[in-house]
Amino acid sequence: MSAQLLQLICFYAFGAVAVASALMVITLRNSVHAVLSLVLTFFSVASIWLLAQAEFLAIALIVVYVGAVMVLFLFVVMMLDINLERMREGFIKYLPVGIIVAAVMLVEMLALIGVRAMHVMTMGPDPAAAAGMSNTAWLGQALYTRFLLPFEIAALILTVGLIAAVVLTLRHKPLTRRQNPGDQVRVSNRDRVRVVKMDAERPQESES
Amino acid sequence: MITLSHFIVLGAVLFCIAVAGIFINRKNVIVLLMSIELMLLAVNINFVAFSRFSGDVAGQVFVFFILTVAAAETAIGLAILTLLFRNRSTINIAEIDSMKG
Repeated sequence: MSAQLLQLICFYAFGAVAVASALMVITLRNSVHAVLSLVLTFFSVASIWLLAQAEFLAIALIVVYVGAVMVLFLFVVMMLDINLERMREGFIKYLPVGIIVAAVMLVEMLALIGVRAMHVMTMGPDPAAAAGMSNTAWLGQALYTRFLLPFEIAALILTVGLIAAVVLTLRHKPLTRRQNPGDQVRVSNRDRVRVVKMDAERPQESES
Repeated sequence: MITLSHFIVLGAVLFCIAVAGIFINRKNVIVLLMSIELMLLAVNINFVAFSRFSGDVAGQVFVFFILTVAAAETAIGLAILTLLFRNRSTINIAEIDSMKG
């Protein structure tokens, strides 16, 4: 029983940190601080996923999201020279609307999805452990059998995203000289050498 | 004792915070993108919780795919943002109105 109580305490602690840092993400003035708060949110949520025995996804969230996506965010935020004061215009104006919409939405969601009915559902034994394997093996077996085609499509989506990001930000400067393979292949010998037909000429005999 | 409703409430709270963030940060595209990330995270919490409590692996596999698509979306979104800043030297949404009819 004490282990379950400890789990509950951990859940509340990580949940409180996640909610507090999410609030900081949307209210902080400095964008760099907001990105760092988002990193903290991801960390807390990953800890909550660990409590739900979703170990693979928790580590993937930290490695992929915190390690790659958030660092990309940080790069872009630091690279762009943003006028912070202009960005804050309308913050106070829209604040009441935002709070009201969010509060109404929260109440509606909690009332509609029946949180009370779900409150009786307690966490049973780990389904992966019940199947006799680790969470990663459990997930991997489903991913490479039942979900093989979606998995391949996910790889395709990542490739398309990579190419799109490169193509979007590629810039041709007019002064730099570059190779154009198409032009190199299309070239013919007439463009390079011009053969001129003419009569043979003798050198002029010099006088004396 | 952690119940399913704990996870669902946490997901709903994070989602509503993200919605509020979209409302109050109308000028800053970067915060808008971060709010979208927060929304996806809230949905992922629900997926993980339902997968865990119903013992079905499909929920966790779906979280995997959501993470993939979100990463691609972030990469392209930030590329567009960089391009926009290079051409207009602003990321203020109010000033990006060249496609207004």
